[in-house]
Amino acid sequence: MSAEPVLEIKNLNVDYGLGDQAVRAVRDVSLTLHRGEVLGLAGESGSGKSTLAYGLTRLLPPPGVITGGEVIYHPEKGDAYDVLGLSDRGLRDFRWAETAIVFQGAMNSLNPVHKISTQLTDVLAAHEPKMSAHSRTARAREMLKLVGISADRMDAYPHQLSGGMRQRVMIGMALILQPQVVIMDEPTTALDVVMQRQILGQLIELRERLGFSVIFITHDLSLLVEFSNRIAIMYGGRIVEEAQAATLYKDSLHPYSAGLLGSFPALRGPRRELTGIPGSPPDLKGMPSGCSFHPRCPKAFDPCADTIPILGHPETPDGSVRTVACWLHPAAGSAAALASAKEQVS
Amino acid sequence: MTLTPDAPAPPTAVVLEATGLTKHFPVRRSLRDIFKRTHEAVHAVDDVHLTLRRGQVVALVGESGSGKSTVARLLAQLYPRTDGDIQLHGESSRVKGGRQFRAYAKKVQMIFQDPFASLNPVHTIRYHLTRALKIHGNAGGNAQELEQALTELLNRVSLTPPERYLDKFPHELSGGQRQRVAIARALGANPEALLADEPVSMLDVSIRLGVLNLLRDLKERLNLAILYITHDIASARYFADETLVMYAGRMVEGGDSETVTQNPAHPYTRLLIDSAPDPDRIANMTADTADRGDGEPPSLIHPPTGCRFHPRCPVAMPRCSTDLPVRLEINDKPGHWAACWLYDTEPEAAK
Ligand SMILES: Nc1ncnc2c1ncn2[C@@H]1O[C@H](COP(=O)(O)OP(=O)(O)OP(=O)(O)O)[C@@H](O)[C@H]1O
Ligand SMILES: Nc1ncnc2c1ncn2[C@@H]1O[C@H](COP(=O)(O)OP(=O)(O)OP(=O)(O)O)[C@@H](O)[C@H]1O
Ligand code: SF4
Ligand SMILES: [Mg+2]
Ligand SMILES: [Mg+2]
Repeated sequence: MSAEPVLEIKNLNVDYGLGDQAVRAVRDVSLTLHRGEVLGLAGESGSGKSTLAYGLTRLLPPPGVITGGEVIYHPEKGDAYDVLGLSDRGLRDFRWAETAIVFQGAMNSLNPVHKISTQLTDVLAAHEPKMSAHSRTARAREMLKLVGISADRMDAYPHQLSGGMRQRVMIGMALILQPQVVIMDEPTTALDVVMQRQILGQLIELRERLGFSVIFITHDLSLLVEFSNRIAIMYGGRIVEEAQAATLYKDSLHPYSAGLLGSFPALRGPRRELTGIPGSPPDLKGMPSGCSFHPRCPKAFDPCADTIPILGHPETPDGSVRTVACWLHPAAGSAAALASAKEQVS
Repeated sequence: MTLTPDAPAPPTAVVLEATGLTKHFPVRRSLRDIFKRTHEAVHAVDDVHLTLRRGQVVALVGESGSGKSTVARLLAQLYPRTDGDIQLHGESSRVKGGRQFRAYAKKVQMIFQDPFASLNPVHTIRYHLTRALKIHGNAGGNAQELEQALTELLNRVSLTPPERYLDKFPHELSGGQRQRVAIARALGANPEALLADEPVSMLDVSIRLGVLNLLRDLKERLNLAILYITHDIASARYFADETLVMYAGRMVEGGDSETVTQNPAHPYTRLLIDSAPDPDRIANMTADTADRGDGEPPSLIHPPTGCRFHPRCPVAMPRCSTDLPVRLEINDKPGHWAACWLYDTEPEAAK
């Protein structure tokens, strides 16, 4: 995998509403997606994952507004540009030709009055008008096969399909135009693990063949550990930790990541007591001071309640980038900040 | 979650029982088919047996599209069945018309797969719950009694204080809160059996635990019989007394949850268990591509003959493609069975 960036998110801020009433759903998020990479984004419900995805594609529903930051896109050919500065026209091209997004709960957004085959070929007809009707059908069939829907169900209407089957149609629809960046927001919540594994396996293979990049949003961290290259963990609108998938699993630094990893019932081995993460996610309108996780954190100490931890860059043996925002790991540069924070407290 | 005691529970009263339950959806015929006089159908559910008992949870797991939701809808009598029987307290029941349906729904309630779509966005929580209470005659005689019934419902699903939630609209609640409202609405009927179709699949892990614990608590306090449909077999292990596995419209394995998840017998169940995300596996990820469970899900319009799993089965034998496997005892734990010829101990010639 090359280290060449496709999408650079820089200090992105997204609010819902204006002024005092604003809910600050995404705060100061910086994240880079590299070419050919699967980047996993995990976090509890309400942590801002979908908001981040919609913000960077400018698909935010009102009253969502982007209040700051940049999203730099590097096309395969040509110069990089800021997606947030695009005209409506440019945005339309960017959305279809360069990116595709599978929305959360998208299984309900299929048009109920059209057959699924028609819905797929319509997308092709609209965006690749030169393609013959015959090759459109062939491509649609290929896509459905990829997501495990047998050819004799192509002419089914959405209500004739199971929840998971509709979800799979949406994944096929997103890939049909062969975009450069695929954003999938909880794409496999309705699928059994065999199917999940098959579809994600196919996706990874396809990515190797076509070279696109994937942002994969889910709350199922165990799935991400297996299928993504890097993982970023969100809490209360911020990225609190980012690392190579294996590193994050074996050696997570942020206590919140550890909590997420410990919340799954184990299929193998002895049945252990499940704790989950005590407490509930923060209210974005009244965010705790300091580290927003401190009221729930089993390891919170002096500075946590007062000062927001600075994003540190701990060293890794293989030199890969990892970041963490936690006072337990005051990395180079933030040691001074900790000292001054302590001074403030005393 | 706490562990269920390992001692075998005493046999408890059967609430709902299905035998030979079958559902075929006719495929809309094109002109050509009419000339050919074929009658094609999606074989969504075939010959399913299922028993729900008081105070017990039965998990139904299986492939996407294998017929789990259809089984739940048949049990709720939202669809007429093609064949088979449903007995409520030992009496055969087939509802026709609204009156009978309401009487049946008072006993058997369903929670739907999608918490985002199952509540009407234009109505408040108060409206949804009041309606459920009124339909089933549990709304009390006056405004005060109604208010009390509403408060009680929300308390039961731990949406407290109730005043904070009653006048909210669905979009103002989180996914987990919405799912609790859906459960409260089902409880408004004061049912004996609850059919929960993927009640936590769309929810994140920390909320998921809360909703499952709530269901477990309701099972114990209200002595409910619960059907828990899920594709997450690990949660079945933690939450259900008994686990049943479906593949392509048929039941392929059943037994107590610990046995089915720890000693799966049917090759499909084994594939399911082996496919569960296992972060420890990433170390040898490349060697792993072989056991990814290749092969596509079967057509349900022309389902495979014999065992429906045979085209994908790594240990299929010649008879698997011709003879439909019967339920065979596994003999490791009482009540553990699989519909697979691997467990046929009698020599074939003897039959
Ligand atoms: N239209 C809206 N108006 C006001 N607040 C909103 C709106 N949409 C989302 N929010 C809030 O923004 C925050 C982030 O929501 P978002 O949907 O991005 O979370 P998420 O991480 O995708 O959660 P989930 O896992 O439940 O999908 C939440 O607290 C949510 O309540
Ligand atoms: N109204 C209908 N008309 C035709 N076929 C249908 C209808 N409803 C369901 N089916 C088919 O029946 C089969 C079983 O569907 P069902 O919804 O029961 O699956 P499921 O096991 O719940 O799957 P999932 O886990 O994806 O929700 C599927 O092949 C589906 O396409
Ligand atoms: S009956 Fe045969 S094909 Fe079916 S699961 Fe058993 S061994 Fe495999
Ligand atoms: Mg989301
Ligand atoms: Mg279903």
